[in-house]
Amino acid sequence: MATSTLKQPAKSSSPADDIGPDTRLDLYRLQMEIRYCEKRAYDLFLQNLIKGTSHLSLGQEAIAAAFGVAMKPTDWTFCTYRGHAHTLARGASMTGVLGELMGRECGLLGGKGGSMHLTDVSKGAMGSYAIIGAHLPVAAGAAWSAQYRGTDQVAVCFFGDGTTNIGAFHEALNMAAVWKLPVVYVCENNLYMEYTPIDQVTAVKHPAADRASAYGLERIIVDGNDADATYRVAMTALDKARAGGGPSLIEAMTYRHSGHSRADPGKYRPAGELEKWLERDPIKMYRERLLGLGFNEATVKDIEDTAMAQVNEATEAAKVSPPPSLDMIDKDVWADGGTAWRN
Amino acid sequence: MAELTYRDAVAAGIAQEMARDENVVFLGEDVAAAGGVFKATVGLLEKFGPKRVRDCPISEQAILGAAMGAAMTGLKPIAEIMFSDFLAVCWDIVANEIAKSRYMTNGQISLPLVIRTANGAGSRFGAQHSQAVENWAMAIPGIKVVAPAFPADVKGLLAAAVRDPDPVLFFEQKSLYSMKGEVPDGEYVDELGKAKVIRRGKDVTIVALASMVHKSFDAANILEREYGISCTVVDVRSLVPLDTQTILSEVVKTGRLVTVEENPRLCGWGAEIASIVADECFWSLDGPIHRITTPHIPLPSADHLEDATIPSVERIVREIKDKID
Repeated sequence: MATSTLKQPAKSSSPADDIGPDTRLDLYRLQMEIRYCEKRAYDLFLQNLIKGTSHLSLGQEAIAAAFGVAMKPTDWTFCTYRGHAHTLARGASMTGVLGELMGRECGLLGGKGGSMHLTDVSKGAMGSYAIIGAHLPVAAGAAWSAQYRGTDQVAVCFFGDGTTNIGAFHEALNMAAVWKLPVVYVCENNLYMEYTPIDQVTAVKHPAADRASAYGLERIIVDGNDADATYRVAMTALDKARAGGGPSLIEAMTYRHSGHSRADPGKYRPAGELEKWLERDPIKMYRERLLGLGFNEATVKDIEDTAMAQVNEATEAAKVSPPPSLDMIDKDVWADGGTAWRN
Repeated sequence: MAELTYRDAVAAGIAQEMARDENVVFLGEDVAAAGGVFKATVGLLEKFGPKRVRDCPISEQAILGAAMGAAMTGLKPIAEIMFSDFLAVCWDIVANEIAKSRYMTNGQISLPLVIRTANGAGSRFGAQHSQAVENWAMAIPGIKVVAPAFPADVKGLLAAAVRDPDPVLFFEQKSLYSMKGEVPDGEYVDELGKAKVIRRGKDVTIVALASMVHKSFDAANILEREYGISCTVVDVRSLVPLDTQTILSEVVKTGRLVTVEENPRLCGWGAEIASIVADECFWSLDGPIHRITTPHIPLPSADHLEDATIPSVERIVREIKDKID
């Protein structure tokens, strides 16, 4: 979209402001695109146009957006089954994302992966991994490759609070720290591991940050609903990684507005908790901040309308895309494009 | 031709590929400074330095995950899992991540990597350090599975595995590490997916893998000499891709198939071969297909128990003789 028409000086931004108007508008744009796309995914479920399961990032958009803006195009993202947001944040096609969720030919993975495996290697979105913890060592490996080849690429790995209790978390953090790898681990602490409050099953209050010292890393907690704060932390961690300073482990506090997955209405949450967090909705807060900084209502509204138009266009494009051709079944187990296991 | 041990052929194969391509890197537990617990990677650290030959923590998921992440971003890692039994603690990375990524992403992700591991019995290590688990790997779509029986094949197939664009699980038979054999000098690269006929006979075709190839060969000599039963021995070498054409054509010539497997009975690779042969050359068979395997038990440790459990030369002779008689 043409953001240039939206740019304007942020009249009331403080002299100490390190983020700047263009970046702020990018942060808002990405949050809006993710929000509307996730809401659309939910609606398409209700219409039975999306099957299977889906894990939405509604309420958690600021983290993906902040890193999406902070990262260089050559950096790599590794995310979980709750990965629509992070994949979109790298610039993956919205039609490709919705098409994949709908099982259409236009999907990012041609319909072979589904909601939990969104990948767009051309954008550095190196996969969504649906086995908890698996992608933490994989991200370390990508970072090792960057270090080995002497590029300035950084691997950024997103995961939930529940991931901090699986062995691969420990193995990856330790190896990344010992090898001083350019990798940024981002724990999105949304307070629940699936249906269970994380504090009921974790020995420490902050499941990621309180364990950072075990790997010789700094204890970093950020308000994950504040895109600016998260952006600042992201830039610091990315710069450190690029400069050879090794990995970071960031715990971003947030809250998901919906249940764990499609099947979960989230009834285990105490009364009033969701309402309290809706007051801290990252998008609501960011909109208020933009207006407070002097961006005018029309600019903000234009970003919202453009994002909605993009989602509408992507939805229609995905709806008319045909289902994948059956010959896709016998493609791409091997590098030769085929599936043969015998002669 | 030089005479090398099976373990020296491992190092020779890795060294050949690391010298050829600087994107080839090697990682594992105790593989660098110590040269491997089986001394199969001695000298690689000295030759290629700590940047390319890396000692890892006891973190099998991190080792294979790192290999995967490195492979998808341009390197060609060789990762060692010290004992194949330990694959169980990182099986998610093998079976769910490495094997499936290309297919799930519609071909976006390529994983040119090799996982080497010491497999099988013969060292009295007990049930958690002696299993033959090649059949686990064979059951997973998306992983190539290789298990050499001779030093020359170790070097040639390892080189082929490194050059292969797909992930390869390379099973080294730990009881063969000290075995000597002729290995071609200079650059030597074999081909994955080709079985080898190592002995020709007219009565029975024995299909075997890794250490069972040697036992089958010895058994075939005894059967010929003492009972006049003449056997072909096929070394499968690669379970995926599987060279069914060689197996089928050799079975058709003798009319009999015996598989000799080290893995436990149920779902051993021989069952798949038996199924293919029954399906595709049933009318060429002169008698029932016979499978010789380890019983369906965890492996015992004591010398005489382990020896009685793993298919032996004597057992192969006896069972084939009984079947033919």
